[in-house]
Amino acid sequence: MSVLVYLESEDNKFKKSSYETLSYGKALADMMETDIFGVVFNCSNTDSLKNYGINKILKIDNPDFNDFSAKKFSHAIVDILKSEKIEVVILSSSANSKFLGAYLSGITDSSYVSNVIELPKSLNPFILKRTCFTNKAFSQTEVNSDLKIISITSNSFGLIENLSDPVIESLNINCVDSNHKILNIEKETGSVTIADAEIVVSAGRGLKGPENWNMIEALAKTLGAATACSKPVSDMGWRPHSEHVGQTGKPVSSNLYIAIGISGAIQHLAGINSSKIKVVINNDPEAPFFKAADYGVVGDAFEIVPALIEKLKARK
Amino acid sequence: MNILVCISSVPDTTSKINFVDNDSKFDINGVQFIINPNDEFGLTKAVWMKQSNNASVTVLTVGEASVETTLRKCLAIGADKAIRIDCLPKDGYSVAKEIESHCNDVSYDIIICGRESIDYNGGIVPGLLAGFLDYNFVTNCVDLNVDGKKAVFSREMSGGTEISECELPLVVGSQKGLVEEKDLIIPNMRGIMMARQKPLDVITAKGISSLTEDKKFIKPEPKSEVKLVKANELDQLIDLLENEAKVI
Ligand SMILES: Cc1cc2nc3c(=O)[nH]c(=O)nc-3n(C[C@H](O)[C@H](O)[C@H](O)COP(=O)(O)OP(=O)(O)OC[C@H]3O[C@@H](n4cnc5c(N)ncnc54)[C@H](O)[C@@H]3O)c2cc1C
Repeated sequence: MSVLVYLESEDNKFKKSSYETLSYGKALADMMETDIFGVVFNCSNTDSLKNYGINKILKIDNPDFNDFSAKKFSHAIVDILKSEKIEVVILSSSANSKFLGAYLSGITDSSYVSNVIELPKSLNPFILKRTCFTNKAFSQTEVNSDLKIISITSNSFGLIENLSDPVIESLNINCVDSNHKILNIEKETGSVTIADAEIVVSAGRGLKGPENWNMIEALAKTLGAATACSKPVSDMGWRPHSEHVGQTGKPVSSNLYIAIGISGAIQHLAGINSSKIKVVINNDPEAPFFKAADYGVVGDAFEIVPALIEKLKARK
Repeated sequence: MNILVCISSVPDTTSKINFVDNDSKFDINGVQFIINPNDEFGLTKAVWMKQSNNASVTVLTVGEASVETTLRKCLAIGADKAIRIDCLPKDGYSVAKEIESHCNDVSYDIIICGRESIDYNGGIVPGLLAGFLDYNFVTNCVDLNVDGKKAVFSREMSGGTEISECELPLVVGSQKGLVEEKDLIIPNMRGIMMARQKPLDVITAKGISSLTEDKKFIKPEPKSEVKLVKANELDQLIDLLENEAKVI
């Protein structure tokens, strides 16, 4: 029984999260003493995959799969599940992967476990560690489904290089019919998305107004980071909803999270706590964020942020 | 048009998270339960559709009698009818199966579930339900317009928004954006009084077994003390991030 990884790509390039899911898949396959396969939709150059231990690349090249669709992609994966003996399907935690994972488990009548952060503690029983209560706790979850579909939290496992010499197999898979049609995709160009980012620069009500976000964007640009914000900032329309992070917004699990003018309310912290390193910049030394952060600067963001940008630029 | 909104009753966002029975169960002692925020955005949208689409709105929870307070609140917000499937929810799979079984008895044009719950965060019920029922499915939904048998909707995806259309029936994973925070309905006295008259049916569960089980909960290690850097010594912060934390 093998392991299958869904290798997400965009514009003919793999997402970084694909390499992480593959690294995890390889480690799991080693534990299970089995092979690791990957499924690729319309991504022609698969060379980079061999750095992460893959044994077989299952390529689907068919324009019907150009746009992501949870239904179409799931049914294609079901076709693979019929021909290959697969016990575990691994996905990332991107919006599309979570969309796919839940639907795939529906049509295969199996379990879907999301927010997984480690390799299984044991295989029999199959016990996974995942975050729950929005990062306020972990659960050791026993999975009793023949087919196990799991999503890995980004940046929880990291990349592990492992050279391999994969077999490449082109699959001829028909796309299922669906009356669900994509009309338009509005892309935010040029910016890093929160889900893919290694660094997130986030700002709150302490910034006083939307006109003051230039320095936040400049800091993010200097660091190659995504921008995010606290809930009231998006509720007031200072920033788009897509930037709202926290318990009721997007989860963040970046390597570095920089919070500027954010007090550190419990609901905010819940959503960002699985980030590895947290930095807070706040003029109130009593702000609760200082209790959750690794590094902190007490002071006025309007002075600190521009100075920090200068120093970061000078360093490069 | 019939709309079903699946409601999860979750600990209030400020709740202390503790566990009992050898860390195998969530400690509900002193915890206030609320409508899962992602579900509440969906419920509000459904209530709006009573006007715009002449819809009838049913709310449903899989849970024990204690969740009826949450269902009554949904009725006060504007749902027409409530259903409780009587059992202790075990995992997303068994919950989705119970809901599927109800949807095989009563058909709905639109089924709305929160994108994920803020307690177990599985993000699993809407997708499973759509898969079980073979309905169209959208999650992270931030806009929905229904005209006759056709729905046009948007979903937030990484790096953008996707707009699409499909025929009903449709399962929707709701979140903020479907309606705004300021649009959430706070029940007034009249709503609360009316809610008492509205039907709340209890259905016997099918008793479907779960596929996953939380064996043990673990709380995060206490955080070590923050390292403070002076505002005029930012070089030190950069040095720490570069050489100690190794994140830039
Ligand atoms: C059900 C529920 C769900 C919620 N979900 C979320 C969620 O998902 N995400 C979320 O973020 N919140 C959430 N909240 C809201 C949360 O409780 C807080 O209200 C919110 O996080 C506060 O945002 P803030 O830190 O930007 O603003 P504030 O709390 O107003 O903090 C602003 C901070 O900026 C500092 N400041 C002011 N001026 C300066 C300056 N010149 N330089 C430096 N610092 C300065 C202040 O000292 C203060 O600490 C939720 C609340 C509820 C009830």
